[in-house]
Amino acid sequence: MLNYIKLIALAVVTLCALIAANYARDVAYLVHAIIIALVSGGLFIWTLRKVGDVTSHPQNEYLDSVVRAGVIATAFWGVVGFLAGVFIAFQLAFPVLNFEWAEGYANFGRLRPLHTSAVIFAFGGNALIASSFYVVQRTSAARLWGGNLGWFVFWGYQLFIVLAATGYLLGGTQSKEYAEPEWYVDLWLTVVWVAYLAVFLGTIIKRKEPHIYVANWFYLSFIVTVAMLHLVNNATIPVSIFGSKSVIVWAGVQDAMTQWWYGHNAVGFFLTAGFLGMMYYFVPKQAERPVFSYKLSIIHFWALIFLYIWAGPHHLHYTALPDWASTLGMVFSIVLWMPSWGGMINGLMTLSGAWDKLRTDPVIRMMVISIGFYGMSTFEGPMMSIRAVNSLSHYTDWTIGHVHSGALGWNGMITFGVLYFLVPVLWKREALYSLKLVSWHFWLATIGIVLYAASMWVTGIMEGLMWREVDANGFLVNSFADTVGAKQPMNIVRGLGGLLFLSGAVIMCYNLWMTVKKSPAKESSLSVAVPAE
Amino acid sequence: METYTLMREFADSWMLLFLFVFFIGVIFWVFRPGATKEYRDTAGIPFRHSDKPATDEEART
Repeated sequence: MLNYIKLIALAVVTLCALIAANYARDVAYLVHAIIIALVSGGLFIWTLRKVGDVTSHPQNEYLDSVVRAGVIATAFWGVVGFLAGVFIAFQLAFPVLNFEWAEGYANFGRLRPLHTSAVIFAFGGNALIASSFYVVQRTSAARLWGGNLGWFVFWGYQLFIVLAATGYLLGGTQSKEYAEPEWYVDLWLTVVWVAYLAVFLGTIIKRKEPHIYVANWFYLSFIVTVAMLHLVNNATIPVSIFGSKSVIVWAGVQDAMTQWWYGHNAVGFFLTAGFLGMMYYFVPKQAERPVFSYKLSIIHFWALIFLYIWAGPHHLHYTALPDWASTLGMVFSIVLWMPSWGGMINGLMTLSGAWDKLRTDPVIRMMVISIGFYGMSTFEGPMMSIRAVNSLSHYTDWTIGHVHSGALGWNGMITFGVLYFLVPVLWKREALYSLKLVSWHFWLATIGIVLYAASMWVTGIMEGLMWREVDANGFLVNSFADTVGAKQPMNIVRGLGGLLFLSGAVIMCYNLWMTVKKSPAKESSLSVAVPAE
Repeated sequence: METYTLMREFADSWMLLFLFVFFIGVIFWVFRPGATKEYRDTAGIPFRHSDKPATDEEART
């Protein structure tokens, strides 16, 4: 019965998408309508061929196939996103790379949101979905809720990524940072996200452990808050249902405030709370000892979510935003030092008594340096939110450097650590193919981040000082082009840093691939005979 | 009273008080008697059931 409803729905969607393609008012919308028609048409045929098949969901096994797919997607989108980042870094150093023939499609302005969304939402998002599905099953001692709904979340999210990425290249954008996708892509993400929440909550509800492990609290706050942020910041009215353009319902400074409330909490709940969920499960697992203080982890959780939500206005110092609001954002940003460092201490101290592992296990080294970068960037961030510091740092490359020490150092490194943990477990291998290659990855990535952050500090502060420099008569000394020229060497160093980080990720993909292909299978976990699939 | 002023006043007083008291309550709750023993058990969750789900007999309440 369900299959027939699915078939009817898919047929209707295909038809509507084709009609939409016919009436499309712009290229982005046209391409998206064709993509949707192809996907739903393909799904129609696939569902038709499977009518009558019986799918089983054995409750005495974990649903790990969707986690495996998520691991592959994370590694793939990671390399794509890093590659886009390296390319646009060199576009800034050598403007000639904004090719004449690709003008309007592959110049810096179009590729930049492609890079940010690819690394944050495609790489980070897949890492979060896959790891949360893994963690919630283990810590609830129950199979993922909702049958194949987990698979819908996975593929639905990939479709969202493809629609977002193609939209940016073709000019379909809301021009809101980290919220660029247009209205119909936003609607689709809402559907996928509700399914994600249902799968996650459903699994927690049917758990066999009396307590909800702290990692699940962080994951859940990430899912719920992102849903709220997404709905409020994307409250738009489309100009036409056959076009991609839409208009936001907020106006002026309210719009700016909503955008940075969203933007900063994308950092706070997507890139921090979600990844802290990873930290609270995988660091204890890899270190083979429980978290340093479970009490601290609870206080960490409540302090973090109570404070982060107010920090957004620090993005709008010296604007039309009232002073009280920007002071509020600044104060809360500074108070955030405490939970951030509490969490960092909790993660690091989990290794107490096992510090020797740092010498022998490059995977734990990766997790530890990620926590170190978490501490450093959450120290730097509140400092930059202070109004006086912000007057120097805002709009300069210092901000870019700060974001990347957090994103590459904290999010990137913890994700690499999790991938190195997950692949042998999910594919039932004895161990990783090569620990030496993990060490190579570790050092390439670390040196890459140091080059990136250091060059951006230098160029950011230089730029800030050049912009505010005035002569004896009060005239500005430097033109904007002067600062661009002065930044050239640092831009090249930044590109090289990115190149090192990218090569580390490529080495990781090779290592993981060889782990699946070449590493001996783990026999002990196969005590129950499993038929070959 | 206009909506903005009304909501500002509520946010500045009762909501602020509620959030603050809730947070202090969490800290007291975490340090309640017997918590250490319970949290030692909870912190061990990642080290149980890593291969397959718990059966109904194993389920702990």
